[in-house]
Amino acid sequence: MLTDSMKSLFRTLPSSTVPHVTIQFDGAPHSVPAGISVAAALLVSGVQRFRATPTSGAARAPYCMMGVCFECLVEIDGLPNQQSCLANVREGMQIRSQEGARVLCAAAQCGSSAHGA
Amino acid sequence: MAHESIDLVVIGAGPAGLAAATAAAAQGTSVVLLDEQATPGGQIYRSITRTSPERLAALGPDYAAGAALTDAFIASAARHEGEAAVWQITRNRIVHYIQHGKTKALQAQRVIVCTGALERPFPIPGWTLPGVLTAGAAQILLKSAGAVPAEPVILAGCGPLLYLLGSQYIRAGVPIRAIVDTTDASDYRRALPHLAGAIAGWPLLKKGWSLMRALKRAGVPFYKGARALAVEGGETAAGLRFELRGVTHRLSAKVVLLHQGVVPHTQFTWSLRAHHRWDANQLCWTPSVDVWGELDVPGIFVAGDSRGIGGAQAAAEQGRIAALAALCSMGKIDAASRDQLAKGSFQALRCVLRIRPFLDALYRPKHQNRVPADDVIVCRCEEITAGDLRRIVELGCLGPNQAKSFSRCGMGPCQGRQCGLSVTEIIADQRGVSPTPVGYYRIRPPIKPLTLAELASAEDAPAEHGTMSHDGN
Repeated sequence: MLTDSMKSLFRTLPSSTVPHVTIQFDGAPHSVPAGISVAAALLVSGVQRFRATPTSGAARAPYCMMGVCFECLVEIDGLPNQQSCLANVREGMQIRSQEGARVLCAAAQCGSSAHGA
Repeated sequence: MAHESIDLVVIGAGPAGLAAATAAAAQGTSVVLLDEQATPGGQIYRSITRTSPERLAALGPDYAAGAALTDAFIASAARHEGEAAVWQITRNRIVHYIQHGKTKALQAQRVIVCTGALERPFPIPGWTLPGVLTAGAAQILLKSAGAVPAEPVILAGCGPLLYLLGSQYIRAGVPIRAIVDTTDASDYRRALPHLAGAIAGWPLLKKGWSLMRALKRAGVPFYKGARALAVEGGETAAGLRFELRGVTHRLSAKVVLLHQGVVPHTQFTWSLRAHHRWDANQLCWTPSVDVWGELDVPGIFVAGDSRGIGGAQAAAEQGRIAALAALCSMGKIDAASRDQLAKGSFQALRCVLRIRPFLDALYRPKHQNRVPADDVIVCRCEEITAGDLRRIVELGCLGPNQAKSFSRCGMGPCQGRQCGLSVTEIIADQRGVSPTPVGYYRIRPPIKPLTLAELASAEDAPAEHGTMSHDGN
């Protein structure tokens, strides 16, 4: 089963034939409309927990959808700390939830960005 | 340093940036518009160039009107650089950005910052739970992906965007559990003296009324004057609790959308060390500018909501005005033509801003929803609560920058974008002073997180290298 395996918080409006692409989230395949953001794609695919915070491990998911809050951070094709609201889906994209501090620290970040300074 | 030289660099492709770039290109000057999105429109007209008839029908005529701006921009000679995240503007107008994994830079003669607005933080218990989003986020989901809540949704807070989103959901056939409105009688009393100005801006007032009528006609339950809002749930949101005239209400919903207005996006103007002032009516920081929008940093202008909240129409006029001033200061047009060309825009600007004092007074966000109780998380990244902040103020912390070293508040990935205003207001409240002496986070480049690999991809080394490597206070 590609979609609807989980109860989604969001659905897409019925629309004239939109091409779909298949992405994977934590190993599970999802068929999603092409051209939308990864965050939107995960939300309509039933993903509710995108990551866990480095501090307490609390579950988080998109809040602002415009690149401000950094709550939607996931790992995309092996690269951690990706803002899923700013990246668009591509066929075959491998996405993983980002769990806590260990992964955050693994990122080669610079300057005043998180946990790397 | 041999950066590509451009007359005018505009940052942000919302109404202000589109109008500025189009107006400047019309006078034969070289213009580059840098924007984080792939297609122009900003957040207000997000995805307007590739929307569907179904989405247009749900989003309504004000959204569709954005196509005039994007069409004119696309037809102009201005160069559009999409998926370009600007991470530094230097005071001598070198604009650094990252595009498709590579850092690039432009040397601009003039810069117009049109970075728009972001949602005012809404720190209440449970606002970090998955399923809680801003109303603006929900609108972006609708505009860019045609995505809407799958089950009845709660809209909570106050302000035009909340009611607009509600009416768009009605048109799209999305069930609304309730609108939990924080506006109460005291807000109407505060707004009343400004009604005359609002009536002068009649078309906007009428639009607001028709939104409310549409929601009521659709039978959406309204809870007016709600206090003590709290999102309830376990790992994800399950509903909203609030008080109304002393009675506690509980409504269930897996998606709760919060909104209490938008505030200027000032990360760039702060990072330029431009002067800012606290706007006591809009309860936010605004950069100090002259009538054309020029900062106290010569050659750098601000237009649109990033200069103070005025809405899309005001933004476009401010964009045109700033472009004309920039052209004039570069000697591309003379002062007489600048004044002549700007006349209509100044008139239109005055007209669309007439309703603002009324809106600012009526939808002034409640103190309890800006300066929350001790147990509420304020800095979402580092999970710092209002109580943590109050404790460090008692230890002698005077402002947001000291709060960083006391607690890591504001030092997570969002770099304080999300919590900055709350932190200023909570510290000011605890110290018993206005936000002005408390100040704001010292914002340093990179404004966007960069990986070392991305930085190493630069064709030239950044001009002000020394400013990026440490984050001392």
